Order: sequence, then structure tokens, then C-alpha cells
Amino acid sequence: MTESIHETIAVKADHLYKAFGRRPHEIVKKLKAGKSRAEISSLGVAAVIDASFEVKQGEIFVVMGLSGSGKSTLIRMLNGLWETTSGSVTVGGTDITRVSAKELRDVRRKSISMVFQHFALLPHRTVIDNVAYGLEIQGMNRADRLAKAQTIIDLVGLAGWADNLPSELSGGMQQRVGLGRALAADTDVLLMDEAFSALDPLIRREMQEQLIELQAALGKTIIFITHDLNEAMFLGDRIAVMRDGRIVQIGTPEEILTDPANDYVAQFVQDVDRARVLTAASVMEPVRAVITKTAGPRAALRTMRDLQTSVTFVLNRDRSFAGIVRDRDVLKLVKKGETDLRGIIRDDATAVLSETALVDLVEPSVESELPIAVVDEKNRLLGVIPRVTLLAAIGNVSTNTGALPVVMPPATISIRAITDILGDTVDDMPIDAEGVRA
Amino acid sequence: MNDFRLPLGSYVETFVEFITDTFGFIFDFIRAAFAGAYDGVQFLLGEPPFWAIMLVLGVLALGIRGWKFAVGSVLGLIIILGVDQWDYAMDTLALVLVASVLAIVLSVPLGILAAKSTLASNIIRPVLDFMQTMPAFVYLIPALLLFRVGVVPGIVATIIFAMAPGVRLTELGIRSVDKEVVEAGQAFGASPWRILRQIQLPLATPTIMAGINQVIMLSLSMVVISGLVGAGGLGAQVIASLNRIDIALGFEAGLAVVILAIFLDRITASLGSANSTGFIGGVRRALRARRVTDEPASSADTASVPEPARI
Repeated sequence: MTESIHETIAVKADHLYKAFGRRPHEIVKKLKAGKSRAEISSLGVAAVIDASFEVKQGEIFVVMGLSGSGKSTLIRMLNGLWETTSGSVTVGGTDITRVSAKELRDVRRKSISMVFQHFALLPHRTVIDNVAYGLEIQGMNRADRLAKAQTIIDLVGLAGWADNLPSELSGGMQQRVGLGRALAADTDVLLMDEAFSALDPLIRREMQEQLIELQAALGKTIIFITHDLNEAMFLGDRIAVMRDGRIVQIGTPEEILTDPANDYVAQFVQDVDRARVLTAASVMEPVRAVITKTAGPRAALRTMRDLQTSVTFVLNRDRSFAGIVRDRDVLKLVKKGETDLRGIIRDDATAVLSETALVDLVEPSVESELPIAVVDEKNRLLGVIPRVTLLAAIGNVSTNTGALPVVMPPATISIRAITDILGDTVDDMPIDAEGVRA
Repeated sequence: MNDFRLPLGSYVETFVEFITDTFGFIFDFIRAAFAGAYDGVQFLLGEPPFWAIMLVLGVLALGIRGWKFAVGSVLGLIIILGVDQWDYAMDTLALVLVASVLAIVLSVPLGILAAKSTLASNIIRPVLDFMQTMPAFVYLIPALLLFRVGVVPGIVATIIFAMAPGVRLTELGIRSVDKEVVEAGQAFGASPWRILRQIQLPLATPTIMAGINQVIMLSLSMVVISGLVGAGGLGAQVIASLNRIDIALGFEAGLAVVILAIFLDRITASLGSANSTGFIGGVRRALRARRVTDEPASSADTASVPEPARI
């Protein structure tokens, strides 16, 4: 995913501060001098303290924190609804903390729109007029904007409701209108302030999935505020965790989960549904029992003997995943003196892409005693996930058990037997150096 | 103790005299303008025969609230006619209309200003408190001096007395519009004027209309008091009955005031609520329904696309 994102910066926040009180600048000065939030509480409230981040074009950037952590204040500074006390915000190349009110309105019309927690629809206007609101402000004529609004209404799944008033819609549908209004304005950046928090869980899930689809289709940059960690993990390409006005960690969901910056984040991520966030790539283990197809049965048998397993993975010449061979089949082949592995390669090992979520690995893992093979888009074998590794990852247990025997199916033929057979038959082919991969 | 005397009264007297002398021409102009407005409205209400006015008011009642109210209104007007107060009632109605229109024209913008600026609100609020609590008769004295006897001092005193709720409720209405909706306007780049016009005023309309209703009610009560300065109408009748201790006239004139008050109150209250039950509300709904079916794009969609489940 990350490679496909253009490295253009859509929104940049640089040392943002927001303080409320009689003398906000004094508060900021004291904060910069190293005073804590509690120490300045007599002067006022520091809502956002020294927030810096960059949001890339086409990214979903989630700001996550509990209520009172300053996330709503932060998002309102990104489109200038609230003035910053110190620091700068750059949207599409314009520093919006330094422009006039008129230029700021221009930026809002063209570059940045917003979806609100409680929908904030105009109650006296129909759905289509609400969706067309941004276009109306941009100065588009009525016929054009209604035509465009209609396509957006269909896009967000509200076809047939265009002429209803918002009060005639359910909460989920009202938020679709809110989302439609922001999409219709056709700005690069979408700010979403707890957009799904007021919806019940089933609808929320549906809206999250729809948002991801829309984002993939339209390539918008989305800055999403939430207090729900699962939502943050599900939506975010990157997540900024806020606490008491400060950003305590910025990283991908996996980074936050596997490498929390401090105890607060660690405690926070404890309850997250790890199986949905962690991917196959993040938990897989290196493949030890692997040979190339051309290495021949003797090499396969030797590998299995050395690693004491009954199965080895087989790769094609281009290192793509071909399947597995079992010790009994190989043994027969060696006894017969054949040198070609192709006939006995089985495809009963499940191969999954590296970005597959762990939750989708449970079923294949149950169905087969073989480790799951993890491959990339070109079908190259990256690693394996034995059942025990999967369980350890979901249960957040240290994976470094070092107990290799449980990783691969244990050998079904005794080492002595294999060694005897290898000794009886002529060692007619050298082991391919590539055959064994650490 | 008896020597201590704040000569506030004489100061104000001197001030009013100074104003009368210096800015007399301005007050002459205002006098002429108000008197002209009153004469115009009075002509419209007083000249036509009583049945024509009854018909117009009856149709208005039907349009705004429905047939029950229309019947009641016409019955009330017939009672006014029957107790021989018709002409006075029309004079009073004209006074009320002129005074409340002017009071509304002044108070709504002031209320908007107070809602937009905390400074303006802080200045306007004590002035309104003063205007509302000062005994109503007191306004009549400077008004009498500045505009001489007649309808104009009555109108001016009425405007001052009746403005306060208009300003207050306009401010309240605009300030209590959902903050997020206003933010939505800002977030999409709407100008403050546009937010006022398209978001704040429409959403504040019920509250503003409640204020306007109050303005009209207060106007009516003050217009009666204005009978003291020769404003004529039902007020003059009430004061005449007071002077002569004429119970019969007092009751009849008073009843006419009550009937006018109820009529005006119900009419303006209905204008405030979005779903008026009367004929006009029905027409409005019908028009909206037609617009829905007229739009080809949306009607086609309704036909072809299954409605999403209401979630």
C-alpha cells in the first residue's frame, strides 16, 4: 500500500499549539519553556501542545485519543475553524494560519472539506440540496450542481432519498448525506470529526468499509478523528495517538500495536482486536525447510532429515512457491532412483498474501496441519506461519519460543532410516546451494 | 438629609428642551413620515365598508390557520361592530401595524448585531432592560414634547416600549442555532453573510417569530395607553370611559381590544411555526410534493433503484 501513495504532502502541521484562556500566548510560551499542562492550568487550558505531522496525498491519517485529548481542537485548526495560538498549518501548499479570512474561505472551498460528528446538515434543505451545498458556495449553477449531487447521492447509497428532508432519515443515512456533501465539494482533503461515533456499531462497520472503498476509488486524503481504537486500526494507514494535548506516537497500526511508544499506548492497544490489525507479514517466520524444484529428491530428503520434519516447501526456479513434498513420497522416489521432484509436489499447503489479516488465517490454519505459506504478489515465498505462531500472535504472547520442532510437522520416518537410504543410493546430484534457505 | 436632592429630573428636562430646540427639524421630519404612514394604513382600513375588511381578515385567517379560526375571527369582528367600536378598532389596528412594523424593522437587525458581537450585546442588553422596565407612561412625556399631540408620539412611545422582545429573541434565536451546523457553513467556505442568510436566520425563524409576536402584543397594549396623548382609537375610548367612570363603554372598548389581541396573536404565532395547518401551509406542502415528482432524475431513481433499508 505504502509504495503506491504519492509522496506529496497534502496537509502539514508544524508545531501547533492551541490554548484557551485570557492570555493564550503566555500559556504557549510557558509550555515551550518546558512547563507541563498541569502547571499552567491556572492560566487556562492547553488543548493542543506541539503537534507536528505530515499527511501524504491519498492517505487515511487517523488521530486517535480519548475525549479531552485535544483531537477535535486539532482537526478544527487544520481548516482554520479555530485559530492556532502558535505554529502553522499548510494545506495544499498554502499556510492557512497566515492568510486573510477571504483567502481562507477560498482554501476551504477548493481544498478541504469536513464531515461532522452530529452530521450538521441543514435541516430545512432536502438531501440533494444539502449534498450540493459545497458546490453552491463554490458558485456552480443550479442545474450542474444538482446533476453532480445526484451522482454523489447514488455513490453513497442514497438513491431515491434525494428529495427527503434530513429529519426523515435515520442516523446512518444522515451521515451518508454528510459524507456526500463533503465528497461533492470535490476537495483533495476530507476532515472527518468522529464521523461515525454517533452511529450504532453495525452501521458504523458498514460506513467504515464504505469509506475505505470510496477512498480507494477517489483517492482522497482523509484525516479521521476517533476515540475508538478498533476504528483507528481498521481505517488508518497511519495513526497519531494523542494524550493530554500531545501526540505521543505516530505510526502504522502495526507499529503502534507491536511497538508502542510508551506504557499509555501499550495499555491502550491492549484491548484491540489484534487478529484484524496484524498481517501475515508481521508474524511470519523464516522458512527453513525449503528447496528448489530442481534440487531433486535426495536434496529434499537430506533437508528434511537435517530439520527433522516430514514436509519441505518447494520453490520454482524464479523462487515462486510451487507446493510441498512429503517425506514418504520423497523416500519412494529416492528408492526408485528417480531425480525429478515434479511428480510428487502437492498443493495442499495454503498460500496467503503477506497483507492478509490474521483473522483470515484462522480457518486455513485449522484445516491443515501444515504451516501457512506467506507469499508476495509475485507468489514468492516470504515466510511461513505455523499454527503455534498464529496463536501466539493473537494472544499477544512472545513468539520467540525457540521451539522449532512444533513449527513444522515432525518427521514421520526415523532419521536412521533416511540416512540409510541416502547412504544406499548413489549421491548422483550435488545439493543445489540455493536449495536451502535460512 | 432633606437637603440631599439629585436633580436628575431637571437635567433630563433641560436635555429634552435642548434637543427640541436644536433638532426640531429632524423631529418634524419623523413626525411627518410617521403621520403619513399612519394615515395611509388608516385609510386602507377605515375607508372600505366594514364587510370588505371582515372578508379580507377572514380570508387571511382561513389561509393562515384554517376555517375554525376564520369563523371565530369573523364572529369577533361582528361583536366589535355590534358594540359600535368598529371605527376605533380600525384606527387602533392601523396604529399597531405601523408601530410594530417599525419596531420589527429596528429590532431584528439589532438582534442580529447583538448575536454577532458580544460587545454589541453587552451594550444593548442594559439599554433594553431600561426600555422595558421604565413605566410606559413616562415615554409619552418626551414623545409629547418632541412630536406634539397626536398619533406620532403614540407610535414612537410604542416602538420604544415594544422593541425589546424583538431584539432579545432574535439574539437568542441566532445564538442557539446548532454550533456544528454553523461550523459546517464555515468549513465549506461560506461567507458570514451567507451563513446568516442560509443557516442562522432560517433556523432561528421560530424564535424570531415568537419575538415578533411579542412585539405586536406589546404594541397593542401600548397603543391603548397612547390614547392619553391623543392617539385616538380604542385607547381614547378606554380613557374617556375612565374619566367618566362609564362601565359600559369601558367594557365594550376593552372587549374590542381583547378581540384584536387574540386575532393578531394567533395570526403571528401561526406564521412562526413551520407547519402551519391552514390553507397556505397546505399549498406549501402541495408545491413541495409536486417538485419532488417533477424532477425526472429523482423520480426515475425511485422507480429503478430499490430503496435502501432504513437503518
